[in-house]
Formats: sequence, C-alpha cells, structure tokens
Amino acid sequence: MLSFILKRLAGAIPTLLIIVTLAFFLIRSAPGGPFDKERTIPPEVAANLNAVYHLDDPLWEQYLYYLGSAIQGDFGPSFQYRDFSVTELIAAGFPVSLTLGLTAIFLAITIGVSLGAVAALKQNSLIDYAVMATAMTGITIPNFVMAPLLTLVFGVYLNMLPVGGWGESVSQAFLPIIALALPQIAYIARLTRGSMIEVLRSNFVRTARAKGLPERLMLSRHALKAAMLPVVSYLGPASAAVITGSVVIEQIFGIPGIGRYFVQGALNRDYTLVMGVVIFYGSLIISFNLVVDIIYGFLDPKVRMG
Amino acid sequence: MAVDMEMKSTGSDEKEIQGRSLWQDAFRRLLINKASVVSCVVLLSIVLIAVIGPWIHPNPFDEVYWDYIQAAPDMEAGFYFGTDTNGRDLFVRTLYGIRVSMLVGLVATGVSLIIGVTYGAISGYVGGRTDHIMMRFVDIMYSMPFMFFVILLMVIFGRNIFLIFAALGAVEWLTMARIVRGQALSIKNREFVEAARASGVSNFNIIRRHIIPNALGPVIVYVTLTIPQVILIESFLSFLGLGVQEPMTSLGVLISEGAQQMESAPWTLLFPASALAIILFCFNFIGDGLRDALDPRDR
Repeated sequence: MLSFILKRLAGAIPTLLIIVTLAFFLIRSAPGGPFDKERTIPPEVAANLNAVYHLDDPLWEQYLYYLGSAIQGDFGPSFQYRDFSVTELIAAGFPVSLTLGLTAIFLAITIGVSLGAVAALKQNSLIDYAVMATAMTGITIPNFVMAPLLTLVFGVYLNMLPVGGWGESVSQAFLPIIALALPQIAYIARLTRGSMIEVLRSNFVRTARAKGLPERLMLSRHALKAAMLPVVSYLGPASAAVITGSVVIEQIFGIPGIGRYFVQGALNRDYTLVMGVVIFYGSLIISFNLVVDIIYGFLDPKVRMG
Repeated sequence: MAVDMEMKSTGSDEKEIQGRSLWQDAFRRLLINKASVVSCVVLLSIVLIAVIGPWIHPNPFDEVYWDYIQAAPDMEAGFYFGTDTNGRDLFVRTLYGIRVSMLVGLVATGVSLIIGVTYGAISGYVGGRTDHIMMRFVDIMYSMPFMFFVILLMVIFGRNIFLIFAALGAVEWLTMARIVRGQALSIKNREFVEAARASGVSNFNIIRRHIIPNALGPVIVYVTLTIPQVILIESFLSFLGLGVQEPMTSLGVLISEGAQQMESAPWTLLFPASALAIILFCFNFIGDGLRDALDPRDR
C-alpha cells in the first residue's frame, strides 16, 4: 500500500512542476508589464520597482527564484493589492472557498447517490424518469445560467432567500451552494443509477437475495457499496468542476473567496496573483485526485497495488 | 464494418451487392430516436435563424435606440426580445451571440478533432514505447487545471476570438486522442490492415485510409458532445469578462449583462439564457442518440 501511495506521489511532482513552469513562462511572455497602467512614473522609480520585484534579472534566474519561493508557499506580492502578498490573499479566501466547495460536494454525494439509487430501484417508473429528466437538466444548464435564474426565482420573485453576500447569516449560503452542487448532483445521480442497475443484476446480489437477506440489508451491505465505485472515481473530476464552478459562483454572489480574487486579478492583469491561484488550485486538484485514487485502491480489491 | 468501408474506398464496381452499411444502420436507428430527431430539427432552425436573421432584420446589432432604453419585448416596435440597458435590439444581439457561440463550438472542435485524431492514430498505430510516452503526456495534461490555463492565456494575450478557438481546441483534444488511440490499437491487428501492409502500403496511408475511417464512429459521438462543451467554456469565459469583447457579443456576455439587470429587466437574462440552454440540450440529445445508434452493443 505504501509503495502504491509513494508511486502516485512521485507521479504528481512532475505534473506540479509543469504547472508552475508553464504558468511562469506564459505570464512572462505577456506583452506589457504589470506597471504599465500607472501614471507615467519616473524612470528611477520604475527601476526601483523592477528591482524590488526582481523584474530586471535574467529570465531563468527569475524562474528559479520563483520556483524556490513557490515551493516554500510564497507566491510573492500581489501587483494589484499592494499591501498584501498573494499567499495572504489566498489564505484569506481559502476558508470561504473551502466551506463552499466541501458543502457542495457533500450535498452532491448524499443527494446524488440517494436519487440515483432510488431511480435504479424503481427503474422505468415515473420516479426514474423524473430523476433522469432533472439530471439531464442539471448537467446541461451551466451554473452561470442556473445561479442567476435561481436568484431571480427564489431571491427576487419569491423573496425567500438573500441574493448575495457571505458570512452574515446561514441563509446567504443556500443559493450559492445549491447552484454549485446542482450539476454534480445531477452527474452523480446518473452515475449511481447506471452502476446500481448493473449491480442489481449481478450474481452476488442474486445470491444475497436467494439466501433470504432482507432487501434493505442487501442494499446497504452489498449493492450500494459496489455501486459506489464509479462515484468515488468521479470525485476527482467533480472536485475540479466544483473548483472551476466556484469561480463563477463567487463572482455572481459576491462571496469573498479565492475565485473572486482570481477573476479580479485576471481582469487587472495581476500576474502574481493569477499565477499563485493557478498553482494553488492545480496542486489542490492533484492532491484531491491522489486521495481519490488511494481511497479507490482501498475500496476496489481488483485494483492491484503494484 | 471494416469490409464495408473497404468496398466504399476501393471503388464502386461492386454496387450490385447491396449490403446495409454501418452508417445506414446507424442512420435508421437514429431516426427512431424521437428526442434526437426533434433536437436536430430545432438546432437546424436555430442555426438557420441565427445565420439568416441578421441579414433580414432591419436593426443592426450595435445601434443604440435612444427611445427604447431597456424596453420590454414589444412586437409592434419590432423588438421581439426587448432592448438591453444600452438600448440595443436584444433579438439581433442574441442571434449574433448564437453565431459566435456556434462558430467557436465548430472551429474549436475542428481544431481538437485534427490534433486528437492525428495524435491518437499515430500513438495507437505505432505502439510500443512511442505510444507509452505519448499517452503519458496526455495523462499529465489531463491532470492540469485547464480552465485556469485558458484564463491565463486570455489574460496574457488579450481577449482575441482566434485565441479562444486555439486555446479551447488545444484543451479538448485529449479525450479525442485517447478514444482514437484505443480504436487504433484494436484495428491495427485486423486482417485487412495486415493485408495492406503486406501489399506495401505506407504507414501514412494505412493510418489515413484504414485506421482513421474505422475509428470514426466513437469520434463522431464525441464530437457532438465536445461542441456543447466548447460553447459552454466560451460562454463561461465571456461571462467572466474574459471572452468576446464589446460591441461584439456572445451568449455568455449577454447572460452576464442580463444577470446584472435581472431585477429590473428579466428579459435581458431569460432570452439569451434560454437560447444557450436549448442549444446545449439539443447537442446533448443528438450525442446520446448517436451513441445509441452507432454502438449497437448497448441495445
């Protein structure tokens, strides 16, 4: 098991390195520097600024310098928010984004799996069709369309929920979390239904039924466990999708998370901030995939730990 | 399937043997699927309206009508979808948005198709260590947070529509390459490829004439699923303000503007949002239908 984990870890390192390298050289090949927008500044000041931010060193030195500090978790100062370092901004936004993302994934798993399982058990019934139609809608309609629509209906017309803000009341979190979770709920429901139908036809379920195991026990002990495997392996892509989605959701609902800084940074050409977030989210997605891989290895005896 | 394709490509002198080809079979099956047929019709009409509409309709997409700032839909005044906050005709703007979205979808998918099919076919056909290295590269690319890289590209090189094409195409080819490679691996050991090799056909021609045509089924299904995905990403970028720039517009830009005005002018959100949703639905249904039609194993 340990060697399996180590092997996956070793595989993740080159990927991370590529991400950092790509981000660095892409940014540095950009036309125009970060200080172009300022009023014309005296050349001495510009030289000083460049010296402080290491912009006058040779490119490869800058790269090594950046790589070294990125490994230590230091992404340099933000070009836009002068008084903060990128690391501080990320640290400030992360708890908010994490709460949002984890709640969404938790909701997606619980609701998605239950809906999918019910649909599979009542295959070709009205419930099944209703769940699948809803899932199709959830998958097809992107969350930057769903979020404003939900806000319009529940926030404006029905006036039930607040339409923006964060941290003042729990009800503020409802709409963003639902908008973020909806596509994943839909996807997981569809996955669960498919694998559940297959599992229910399998031999071990027939055996369990034949030996007189009550339906409920058969489901909880045998069927559900086997049917969860594709869902577990989908959690990697799901987390990536939730992270990407949170960028939009945070923007729409005015939530002070990382995604919002990212979009602001992108619009303001705040190079270090954008780079920091790309690297941070990149490593987050990679580590999440790693965890999912390991969990999958535990759950599925067919995966060899070689 | 292989034999059918062979006959088609070697000439038409065997016409009297009228077999049903895979494609005829698939087409027949597709016609039975009502959701797909309806989607095809709806999608074609939308595209037709989007292409022809702006020519016929008298209002230009960037003209400001000062008497109709943020006016509700009004048939008599000729603003079917109302006007936006700047007093521009939302109907015409939505049509332009659909044009841009479709164009991005088709071109970027085309780019990904060319890269993915070539890469996958070579990787699968050559096999061995080359295949291993090429696929390892795809694996690494897969684990990248691509959306963020596309945003990064937009930030750096400005918001250029051709860059969107290239960036999205470059992102979407990965799955295509995997699919084609899998097909190529199984096809390259079949007898007809061996025969071609024995009779001295060059590797390039074997890939072009035998491997790629026989891998087309799954590729077509994936193409119909990639187009909506690309449209989605473009709208996502435009929504964030990183895609198509004013006065040109796209569905993402319109939805983003609409979302800001939805309390006072809900139509500015609802029309572009429904247009995007309908287009995405159609593509998804067509893709599902094609998959069922081309993959008889699932029946």
